Amino acid sequence: MARWGMVIDLDRCTGCQACVMACKAENNVPPVGAKEAARGRIISWMQVLTEEDDEHSGEVKRFLPRPCLHCDDPPCTKVCPVYATYRNPEGIVAQIYARCIGCRFCMAACPYNAKYFNWHRYQKDAPGQNPDVSLRPKGVVEKCTFCHHRLQRARERALGERREVDPAEYVTACAEACPARAIVFGDLSDPGSEVFRLARSPRAFRLLEELGTKPKVIYLSEGEGRG
Amino acid sequence: MADPADTRDAPLIAPIERTGRGFYLTVGILLAFIVWGAVAYWTQFTEGLGVTGLHQPVSWGFYVTNFVFFIGISHAGTLISAILRLSKAEWRRPVVRMAEVITVMVLFIGAGQILVDLGRPDRMLNIIRHGRYQSPLLWDATSISAYLTASIVYLYIPMIPDIAILRDRVGKRKLLYTVLAMGWRGTVHQQRVLNRAIAIMAVLVIPIAVSVHTVVSFVFSMTLQPMWHSTIFGPYFVVGAIFSGIAALIVAMVAFRKAYGLQGYLKPIHFRYLGQLLLVMSLLWFYFTFAEYLTGYYGNEPEEMKVFQAKFTGPYWPFFWGMALTNFVIPVLCLVRLGRRTIGKVLLASLSVTVGMWLERFIIVVPTLSNPRLPFGEGIYAPTWVEWGELAGSLALFALFYVLFTKIFPVISIWEIREGRDVGLKEVEERLRTYLPDTPEAGVVPAARGH
Repeated sequence: MARWGMVIDLDRCTGCQACVMACKAENNVPPVGAKEAARGRIISWMQVLTEEDDEHSGEVKRFLPRPCLHCDDPPCTKVCPVYATYRNPEGIVAQIYARCIGCRFCMAACPYNAKYFNWHRYQKDAPGQNPDVSLRPKGVVEKCTFCHHRLQRARERALGERREVDPAEYVTACAEACPARAIVFGDLSDPGSEVFRLARSPRAFRLLEELGTKPKVIYLSEGEGRG
Repeated sequence: MADPADTRDAPLIAPIERTGRGFYLTVGILLAFIVWGAVAYWTQFTEGLGVTGLHQPVSWGFYVTNFVFFIGISHAGTLISAILRLSKAEWRRPVVRMAEVITVMVLFIGAGQILVDLGRPDRMLNIIRHGRYQSPLLWDATSISAYLTASIVYLYIPMIPDIAILRDRVGKRKLLYTVLAMGWRGTVHQQRVLNRAIAIMAVLVIPIAVSVHTVVSFVFSMTLQPMWHSTIFGPYFVVGAIFSGIAALIVAMVAFRKAYGLQGYLKPIHFRYLGQLLLVMSLLWFYFTFAEYLTGYYGNEPEEMKVFQAKFTGPYWPFFWGMALTNFVIPVLCLVRLGRRTIGKVLLASLSVTVGMWLERFIIVVPTLSNPRLPFGEGIYAPTWVEWGELAGSLALFALFYVLFTKIFPVISIWEIREGRDVGLKEVEERLRTYLPDTPEAGVVPAARGH
């Protein structure tokens, strides 16, 4: 069985936010409005975190695109009281909007703050939305799904054409949109895949690795091109 | 059992028989706060949790603080009364009922906080339909419902003889009292069964109470978050719970003493003993807090230190130092010498601790969430009128439940006071004799036995 994962090369990331916008468009992530944004309620499944470089303060900013890391040992699914968030057999951490009771325990438990809450009913039926992604009502938690609907679509297409799914058919919106090709998506268990090769790079690291959450988003540290 | 014509303890029944202006005034004021809370909740229910000050990353705030606080208060009750009963502390008699009532009433309010906090209260039953026992929230639900059941039973059983007195003496609510008295006539056999049942419940309720606040702490300590992921959280929360519980009990005692003229029953000595208990808990609380924070500080992990600094010198310093002042400095200064003006000092200490323990819960919940590990913008949490309304409404609802209870049932156990006079005095003397070395018969000079 596939183990879907992502490699993000921080040397290539320019902080352009194309991944963020592509994700919002793909997943019907609603704009919350200026007032709500100022109150800290922006929903952004993919978020580019910025950090001042300690050594070159004021000069260099570091960018770190952060989707849900789809941990193999996710702290969020452990604490859910109703099985509304779980890790599926292919390693994708999913959220069932129709079951979530909105206790926000998973948000408190996620060390990466990758989960978002619908403080109001932000999302309304509107033309131009992606019909493959369900709308979220108010009061539930939502999160990055690795564009799981794209895998389902690829499977349906393959089924219709009576063939196996080609792993190349499934790629997340953020990886697709990245102009610098910093984000690579694929099957971490397939030795032929690019993510498999990149994940074994000496530059590879995982975010907050010491917590033992075993994320399936792997970063390549900055190094090249910086003295 | 004393006959119904016994009028010695009339002041205990008076609030049930007569209702004065003070009662309606109190209820009116409480209802005003409850209406505020209800409007706040309705607003939140229709518009979503967005009307609160919660956001990313501070997704838990007042409601979770209130939850931990109210559930903590509930330990007053049953735990204190159970320990006093089991240790045969004779001064318990006018205190136990009040403590048990606090527990039952405040548990409803505490459990209610979780429902207020839910984004989808309409799906609340998913906890039963799809309950997942790996989640500490399910442990909470289990433990709290067990505690609520046990404390209702533990409140009710010792009330049966009193309800029988009401059935025989009070003209009102005959049916209610008759049903609840369960045919109590005060025979020797009935009394023996009653005492046995009380003893069993007293033993049973202590481990349940300890489990309740332990699993409440597990909601935090089972996560990996800095300054939550701590092994002492279980006992730390239990100590804090008993601490705040005693404080709330003392406040209630002073209030009802004044309102119902119970000065003859609740004497300075009772406040003095409870005050000393509060002092001990204050020192114990300080010890736990000191151990917890020193460990974090000495280890000096960057993530822990971020939260630590936020509490000590950062945006949360008024709450942190306010907590140290109200939970430790003020109570110790008030309680260390209780010679004169006992009740005033004990009351001041208790009010201070009640505020302080709320701050303590707040300072545990919020700063950790507002200082995430990754470089997000740090979130400062400012509650809106909705959260204040919920807090005021919850406190008022608790007070209203309590006041209404005292209008239907005696707030001091009548039969236990009588038992103290009739049986307790003699029993204590006999018991005291068994503690002492056997004294030889008077007049016989102890002879050297030669061994």
